[in-house]
Amino acid sequence: MSDAPAPAIHDLGGASRYRCSPVERDEAPPDDFGKRVDAIRQILAQKGFMTVDELRRGIESIPEAEYFALSYYERWLTSISKLMVEKGVIPPEELR
Amino acid sequence: MSAPARPESIALLEKFVAALAARGLVTEQEIAERQASTDRASPEIGARMVARAWRDDEYRRLLLSNGAAAAEQMGVSMTGAPPLGVLEDRPGLHHLVVCTLCSCYPRAVLGYPPHWYKSFEYRARAVREPRAVLAEWGTVLPPATQIRVVDSTADYRWMVLPMRPAGTEGWSEDQLAAIVTRDVLVGVALPRLPVTAAAE
Repeated sequence: MSDAPAPAIHDLGGASRYRCSPVERDEAPPDDFGKRVDAIRQILAQKGFMTVDELRRGIESIPEAEYFALSYYERWLTSISKLMVEKGVIPPEELR
Repeated sequence: MSAPARPESIALLEKFVAALAARGLVTEQEIAERQASTDRASPEIGARMVARAWRDDEYRRLLLSNGAAAAEQMGVSMTGAPPLGVLEDRPGLHHLVVCTLCSCYPRAVLGYPPHWYKSFEYRARAVREPRAVLAEWGTVLPPATQIRVVDSTADYRWMVLPMRPAGTEGWSEDQLAAIVTRDVLVGVALPRLPVTAAAE
């Protein structure tokens, strides 16, 4: 093996821990929670409040335990709500 | 299964929307409209693009050189969407699309990515043991067929242009589009003829 640093948590390509674990074929569309988060994310992007790279940075900086515990759209909500606080768009106390 | 959102996440979403709405940044109507337009995008769009490319060489060339322009020709707005690349399967070469880092997907022409596309297992395994992943979809390729796995990114999205199956000569665009499923456009499956057609 090389001296390369361990991959970041989101960098799952080839990760051995999932080897031979079947892909769960869940065909359910996103639920209302997911669709709502998704719509808000698109609106904020369209209005210039955030970019897809900022969304990624927010997701990819979620601590490992939380990253694997949260569902997909919960990770998105974590990212976009933190981003809007960081940018001073909304005050943190309103999310507590 | 994709787990339902936890109560604290549902509460956070409510507070987040309220904070944005209080500043006039989003309205319920905007959310509903955006959700409706997102719901309208579906793999049927990608399927029609493939079916047209199978019948129309000029469109095929456009599809392969500029996927976004080809999508626009089908009436899809690609404004703000990343470029769309189209991967052409050939005899001995099959393409499979994944987003190892998260879930990047050509949503404008395929709709929401399915849960499995976003799963840790698919992201990890598609690049390591693609044949084993394909076998879970019942897709078994000859050992001599090369599988090229392509990673979709935030900046570039991919879909597959599969080979047109034998036995579809003279088919209409609608007939062809009907055998191009979402799974085919991602590369986990191959177009399959309906049993009745195959038997003829």
